[in-house]
Amino acid sequence: MPNNNEYTIYICEGTGCVSGKSHEIRLALEHKIAEQGLNNVKVDFTGCHGFCEQGPIAIIEPNEIFYTRLTINDVDEIVQSHIMEGKPVERLFFKDPISNRSIPYYRDINFYRKQQRIILRNCGHINPEKIEDYIEREGYNALKKVLGQMTSLQVIEEIKQSGLRGRGGAGFPTGMKWEFCQKEQSDIKYMICNADEGDPGAFMDRSIMEADPHTVIEGMTIAAYAIGAGEGYIYIRAEYPLAVKRLRIALQQSENMGFIGDNILGSEFSFKIHVNEGAGAFVCGEETALMASIEGKRGMPRPRPPFPAQSGLWGKPTTINNVKTLATVPVIINKGSEWYSKIGTDKSKGTAVFALTGKISNSGLVEVPMGMTLREIIYDIGGGLIGGKDFKAVQNGGPSGGCLPASALDLPVDYERLAAAGAIMGSGGMIVVDSQTCMVDLAKYFLSFTQEESCGKCVMCREGTLQMLKILEDIIEGNGKEEDIDLLLELAKAVQAGSLCALGGTAPNPVLTTIRYFRDEYEAHIKEKRCPALVCKNLINFYILPDKCQGCGICKRGCPVDAISGDKRMIHIIDQNKCIKCGNCLDVCPERFNAVTKVSGEKLQVPQEPIAVGSWQNSESEEKL
Amino acid sequence: MATTISSVLNQHSRDRRNLIPILQKVQEKEKYLSPASISEISGYVGISENDVYSVASFYSQFRFTKPGEHTVKVCLGTACHVRGGARVLETVERELKIKPGETTADGKYSLETVACIGACALAPTMVLDNEVQRSMTPQKVVDLLKSRNKAENDAK
Repeated sequence: MPNNNEYTIYICEGTGCVSGKSHEIRLALEHKIAEQGLNNVKVDFTGCHGFCEQGPIAIIEPNEIFYTRLTINDVDEIVQSHIMEGKPVERLFFKDPISNRSIPYYRDINFYRKQQRIILRNCGHINPEKIEDYIEREGYNALKKVLGQMTSLQVIEEIKQSGLRGRGGAGFPTGMKWEFCQKEQSDIKYMICNADEGDPGAFMDRSIMEADPHTVIEGMTIAAYAIGAGEGYIYIRAEYPLAVKRLRIALQQSENMGFIGDNILGSEFSFKIHVNEGAGAFVCGEETALMASIEGKRGMPRPRPPFPAQSGLWGKPTTINNVKTLATVPVIINKGSEWYSKIGTDKSKGTAVFALTGKISNSGLVEVPMGMTLREIIYDIGGGLIGGKDFKAVQNGGPSGGCLPASALDLPVDYERLAAAGAIMGSGGMIVVDSQTCMVDLAKYFLSFTQEESCGKCVMCREGTLQMLKILEDIIEGNGKEEDIDLLLELAKAVQAGSLCALGGTAPNPVLTTIRYFRDEYEAHIKEKRCPALVCKNLINFYILPDKCQGCGICKRGCPVDAISGDKRMIHIIDQNKCIKCGNCLDVCPERFNAVTKVSGEKLQVPQEPIAVGSWQNSESEEKL
Repeated sequence: MATTISSVLNQHSRDRRNLIPILQKVQEKEKYLSPASISEISGYVGISENDVYSVASFYSQFRFTKPGEHTVKVCLGTACHVRGGARVLETVERELKIKPGETTADGKYSLETVACIGACALAPTMVLDNEVQRSMTPQKVVDLLKSRNKAENDAK
């Protein structure tokens, strides 16, 4: 029976899905549909849905059927079965990691169902390269309202009433920030959008700019109107080429339609936006460093005051807001501050976007009202840990943030409560780890990042973090001393006190929180020379279990340094002196044998050299295993 | 006298604020910043070579040696780290026999690390030329580099 429904197929073309060849999938779909002569189907693309792990993603209207992990080979079946016969392809539905049920509709997927998407409202629902799509969803209405009906002071008052706080991490009230700049008398003022999303593990700003660039432009233009700026800069990471491309397209479209440029919408207000690509310096996320970079200098922070509101870019009053803050502004103007201030907690209003990643089942972008507990985010939305493993810790806020243990799972997430627990909201990175992550190694990971990214201006940040890093390296290599933990704590205090900007001020946080909540792991490394998570190379060994090895030789062939000896049907042996602990043998040993193991702090009894399979007898080793 | 980078320079006014965009465009064209380019940029913008170099060396994007034909960037972001990014890097190092920042002797591959490419849900990732490779394992690294080499040899 011919199917006469009208269909629209939306393919995600965010960075994640594009890496899964979603662009080619869209072209193949278009080709197939043309080939079949179907004229009831439209194919279009969207930006990031935030559920990148399930990508490439497609949504088919009507009913928002949600397809995951598409490949080019699925195209024929989608067209044949779903479009021509009206039977959606069940094997491409999302599989809930907990119930294991296939879920056809977007709205029924737990990952999305429990979110409240304000900042990400358009992400995945519009074509980011078409301004008409944005306009259809109330786009630029807020700008029209502001220019037509509101004074700059009224705009600031509205934002103040809403309780909006900066989403870049520090959480400073946005309305107040605007007010400081508005009050300054100056012929020139600047409005900057900070899109230098440098925190490893955070990608919400990228997603927003790729999926909904116009909302950033609209929010920024409203902010510029409020403070009285005629020129603006978007400072964006060069590592985000797709976001840069879409922003530039959006700016051109917006200018063509008169939403930016001279005499916007016939008003007296003019505003021009430039795009500056960052050049790979994490410290440029700090506002004074960012401005130095736009000025063509080394991006090093300077003391404040004077604050940017008084003396910012080229000495002129300047406001700097994060992408998410600006993306929220049009919604507040459209729906009103009263509506917005009802969302969230007492002191933290609205929603927060987290990049939920690591050992979590549903990796992706999550937007929830402030005050939701970590447990709800990680288990209800995130679907718990991969393979149902036990939760060990969640790292919040990137290199400036902290690691929280299981006892913090019922903590409602907002600015104050995260800070009290030792973490920060920060950029919203939320990395979940299980028992296979070593907390000392994780602390070292973050510290080596901040140490490398320290601009070098403040001695404590430059040298103090280096000393802390060396101590952590010692501990990890099995050379830790008992007094090291206290020394780390002392140095941490000095680094916090002796640094000009937040990079140094917060760099010790990962070390401090891991010591606070996982001190036993530090002690195991130092006192027992043991890494409980079996991560730190100097403290672990790989063994081939003589009672399980069947002499298949797969591990031997896969060993990159020829550290494994043995022939067919012989028990294989790892030469511990040669082994570089790459773990390849453990990966490749067939599951039915499971003969390779990793241990720390113990020595296993194995034959000295290869012997025939089945001839090994050692009571001691059996006891241990 | 027109040089290879004149066309890039002429698109920008001689203003310090254009220094980083100029450096980026020159690197895009030349693949790296040679001493000759630095000198020419210095003359064009009207600031000393030292000053140009001090800015360029501050930002990790800029290279001062010629890179290989292909660039492998291994992501060492947090999500990649907890899902085995270090093993991916080790494997690339072993396969190509170079360390981050180096280029293979035949000039074919350069290896770089990157702090985060923002594709955390696909961790661990690496970028070969401009293509993001998702959910990497040591074995996938080996296979990928092998298949690239084979494809290139076949093309020849």
